[in-house]
Amino acid sequence: MVFTPVLSAHWDEPDSFTIDGYTRHRGYEALHKALAMDPDALISLVKDSGLRGRGGAGFPTGMKWGFIPQGPEGQGAKPHYLVVNADESEPGTCKDVPFMLANPHALLEGVIIASYAIRASHAFIYVRGEVVHVIRRLQDAVQEAYAAGHLGTDIHGSGYALEVVVHSGAGAYICGEETALLDSLEGFRGQPRLRPPFPATHGLYACPTVVNNVESIASVPSIVLGGAAWFSSMGTEKSKGYTLYSLSGHVKKPGQYEAPLGTTLRQLLDLSGGMREGRTLKFWTPGGSSTPLLTADHLDVPLDYEGVAEAGSMLGTKALQCFDDTTCVVRAVLRWTEFYAHESCGKCTPCREGTYWMVQILQRLEDGTAVEADIETLLDTCDNIFGRAFCALGDGATSPIVSGVQLFRDEFTQHLTSGGCPFDPVASTVFSGSTTGASA
Amino acid sequence: MDVNLGMPETTVVPAGIPPLTEQTRGELREIIARYPRPRSALLPMLHLVQSVQGYVSPAGIAVCAEELDLTRAEVAAVATFYTMYRRKPAGTYHVGVCTNTLCAVLGGDAIFASLKDHLAIGNNETTADGTVSLEHIECNAACDYAPVVMVNWEFYDDQTPESARSLVDNLRAGTPPAPTRGPSKLTTFKEVSRVLAGWNDGLGKEGVSAGPATLVGLEIAKQRGDVAPAYPASTTTTEEGS
Repeated sequence: MVFTPVLSAHWDEPDSFTIDGYTRHRGYEALHKALAMDPDALISLVKDSGLRGRGGAGFPTGMKWGFIPQGPEGQGAKPHYLVVNADESEPGTCKDVPFMLANPHALLEGVIIASYAIRASHAFIYVRGEVVHVIRRLQDAVQEAYAAGHLGTDIHGSGYALEVVVHSGAGAYICGEETALLDSLEGFRGQPRLRPPFPATHGLYACPTVVNNVESIASVPSIVLGGAAWFSSMGTEKSKGYTLYSLSGHVKKPGQYEAPLGTTLRQLLDLSGGMREGRTLKFWTPGGSSTPLLTADHLDVPLDYEGVAEAGSMLGTKALQCFDDTTCVVRAVLRWTEFYAHESCGKCTPCREGTYWMVQILQRLEDGTAVEADIETLLDTCDNIFGRAFCALGDGATSPIVSGVQLFRDEFTQHLTSGGCPFDPVASTVFSGSTTGASA
Repeated sequence: MDVNLGMPETTVVPAGIPPLTEQTRGELREIIARYPRPRSALLPMLHLVQSVQGYVSPAGIAVCAEELDLTRAEVAAVATFYTMYRRKPAGTYHVGVCTNTLCAVLGGDAIFASLKDHLAIGNNETTADGTVSLEHIECNAACDYAPVVMVNWEFYDDQTPESARSLVDNLRAGTPPAPTRGPSKLTTFKEVSRVLAGWNDGLGKEGVSAGPATLVGLEIAKQRGDVAPAYPASTTTTEEGS
């Protein structure tokens, strides 16, 4: 079995996003089972399953829940919060948005179970504002869940009470960083906080807070129903379970592929028809633009946390953006760098200033006015950003540049010697074969 | 105390822009009541201001500041941080073309250039008739439908320069086509802003569960007969009466 649809199993049903569509496939059964369990036993269950955060960092989800102080004293006595990070914005990442569109109730059931486990009575779904139909589906799901007694007071007669608020962001990549997200949810500019203290003890309103990615939380109901051993029967030794791989770019069949962790890009391409006709894979990102680029040499790297790290990159969000041999790597890297410069929140000088200057240099390379020292200056600037900012945005900004130069130094040099970009941008478009555009 | 952030300092509402009434103030207070702490309401409050005025006006900033007991500078600092808040009135239809790397390479750059030329406006500008505003946007989480164009934050997937030009022509003619993955009818920028502020417009039931690219993996799995392991029987029994 290469594919293991769990989260995506019923997306092809026309009412998959409604409460009826969800309960038809045992929706909210896991909630009933969870509410009969001790919250600590639930945390242990998720720990035992081996579920790791699907938002990029891969931190064990159960352990995160276990860090929440409990008991009547100190931080434990303060209100606890669950915040779902639904601010999906990492370039290339496109799994949580279609997921919430197709099955918002699976996320919501996970939210209720997780909130019960960490003893929160208030949960927030922080969703990026630029996807209004997803927001409607979440709003509907919350209303339906209240009406069905899955939310509100005395849920399923257990005495447990929970309120869920769907909160729309307003356009800021940085709010995908969990502490910036919390600042934003408190009504401030979304800028990262210095850690420690971590959100587990001092999160929203300086209270104990769990921040989890959509896919992580949505995986919880299946773990409650199937058990830890069932979940960990999929995946690899240290990267357990199934996950959503998002294939995009110059491939025949871009889309969502649900398979165990450790699946390879070669498997996914082989089974989905490969790259577009007559073209070969040049470079790809394993998990969004913040993860160092890989090439066709890395097709057999197991796409799990360890395998991709060993190959010198990061699994990230499993956003497999594939570019073929018509694509200029300098142009791709420049555009990503412009993105980081635009999205840098401005708090840390190395990231704010460094990204600005790197854009200038890369632009010079593209338009043919660069000088030979520029490539070293680029790497030098990356060196001065990496590890010198509050959050991972700065580190991420260096990934495409450093890996791009490492893998394609000749192409960077060619931009110096041939007076600018030697590629034809038309050749890499999806409508390159026609003049009128073929999209129906 | 007031800091000039390059915006007009007057909070007088310009001609043609609807005022913020007592009803809006009441709704702003409804938003505040959703949160454990008032200030958490600020982002949706600014979306509500846009739903009335089509942008975050100096008057809107002042009203939010008043309701939250903040200074106008504090509210303006937030409003200018987030890209979805407009500082000039958006068009009835706000068009965003993704020009982040993947969409750009696959055709987003060509689409954006073509629309600027076709509409004769630049980035972050609005057509003279007020129908269409244009902006290039960052990754909108639809890379499997690249190149992507958003109108009022609804998906228009798999675009070409030609299809995008036809799309904006239809917007200007008042005959907007339905989004690819969204409601059966496109709503206005102001109407969408109200949803973002937390008011359910009842259109969530419309549209597809998932677009074609979302389903390719599931389809291939079904063709191959691939399924996830079944839940073990022992863990799935729901205890009776619990």
